[in-house]
Amino acid sequence: MLVRYLSQIGKYFLMLKEVFNKPTKWSAMRQLIFKEIDDLIIDSLGIVCFISFFVGGVVSIQTALNLTNPLIPKYLIGFATRQSVILEFAPTFISIIMAGKMGSFITSSIGTMRVTEQIDALEVMGVNSLNYLVFPKIIALLLYPFVIGIAMFLGVFGGWIASVYGGFASSNEFITGIQQEFIPFHIAYAFIKTFVFAMLLATIPSFHGYYMKGGALEVGKASTVSFVWTSVTIILTNYILTQLLLT
Amino acid sequence: MIEVKDIEKSFGDSKVLKGISTIFDTGKTNLIIGQSGSGKTVLLKSLLGIHTPDKGTIAFDGRIYSDLTPDEKRTLRTEIGMVFQGSALFDSMTVEENVGFPLKMFTNKSAAEIKERVNFVINRVNLINANHKKPSEISGGMQKRVAIARAIVNNPKYLFCDEPNSGLDPKTAIVIDNLIHEITLEYNITTVINTHDMNSVMEIGDKIIFLKEGILAWEGTKKEIFKTDNEAITDFVYSSNLFKKIRKAQNKGDL
Repeated sequence: MLVRYLSQIGKYFLMLKEVFNKPTKWSAMRQLIFKEIDDLIIDSLGIVCFISFFVGGVVSIQTALNLTNPLIPKYLIGFATRQSVILEFAPTFISIIMAGKMGSFITSSIGTMRVTEQIDALEVMGVNSLNYLVFPKIIALLLYPFVIGIAMFLGVFGGWIASVYGGFASSNEFITGIQQEFIPFHIAYAFIKTFVFAMLLATIPSFHGYYMKGGALEVGKASTVSFVWTSVTIILTNYILTQLLLT
Repeated sequence: MIEVKDIEKSFGDSKVLKGISTIFDTGKTNLIIGQSGSGKTVLLKSLLGIHTPDKGTIAFDGRIYSDLTPDEKRTLRTEIGMVFQGSALFDSMTVEENVGFPLKMFTNKSAAEIKERVNFVINRVNLINANHKKPSEISGGMQKRVAIARAIVNNPKYLFCDEPNSGLDPKTAIVIDNLIHEITLEYNITTVINTHDMNSVMEIGDKIIFLKEGILAWEGTKKEIFKTDNEAITDFVYSSNLFKKIRKAQNKGDL
């Protein structure tokens, strides 16, 4: 079992090496990158905005409902919402949701290409299929921090709307809260995490799609396995980065 | 010309190819036939470089594949056209984009030149009004034509086809077979076709090699196939009722 996992990890790093080998012609690559930006980034914005706004709202309501002691200032609602959204919700939990959305899309699209011999066709023509398929996804996901930036803004905004219009805190109290004890490095920490998660989101589902064997049923199975492993890796990496950067 | 010398290939304990040697001539339609599991696909994939043989050599007009540098292998691959069993067209591209793909990737032709060449080969394979359709919007026979057009668009020296008429009705299958044969003669290509369709053998087989359990059990022309007393090939050919009747008629002197 352990040997199998280690061999898979080794295969994953060999795949990464091959991704940067023998690049595809730039004129073709440019089009692929724009297509991936559209498929992976633009197509994800709707769900990210929707989830961020409402989860931000729920975080602020939950915080407000738990502040039963009248001595605790109400600006804490804004403070707690900001900290939860910026430090964990936007970078980590949106990434796990994206492991389901983007990850299963990547695994199933590459897996289907494997099943229908499209990857063999690329190889026979002399195209480095890993560079052709995975590299544009990596480049497209360099824009992923922008998605998370939007998630951060909308999460806090959702919290503000829920607090103010729900009658839990005034606008001034909430805004005081989000300005309270602001540490700029927390933003840097969130974006460093986001960048690492983006690379995991591009490569782990690609790995599972590229090396899958079998037919249509196995494409479905590979998508599920890919989601599980991407989520597990994101959570473990999140722990390691938090330990390294915040302690 | 492709020269195969003493090719062996195993997967785990199972030896799939057991010392195959043959020559696939230029300007001829060479057919590899045999039952399922006889090693046809492994031989074809070895010729394509998808599988690396454990032993033996494959030479493309004197260039031994295993001795080539990665750059030379890449150049050689641009001289190869391949028609896959399931066509393997890129789903996200239109017919025109699929056909133009090798030109876009490996030549410095302008967009106008690519379009001109693409239109030429699309006309050559008799595809009408399909340029802007996606592969999922056209029939299986049309997909095969697109695959052939993509395979020949960059003027290949070698054309490989894996079961090119599988899943097609008999009439379309003959049209596809004849198209491949015509293109082989027209462009003087070395064509290697993997098939178990005896109609294809009789229609276009300039040279036939018969594999049985990983061994080259017989080779010859389509004329020789009826005259041979090689048990392995006769067992295979006359497993079809149609061919049994042909043989009976031949024996009676009716044919």
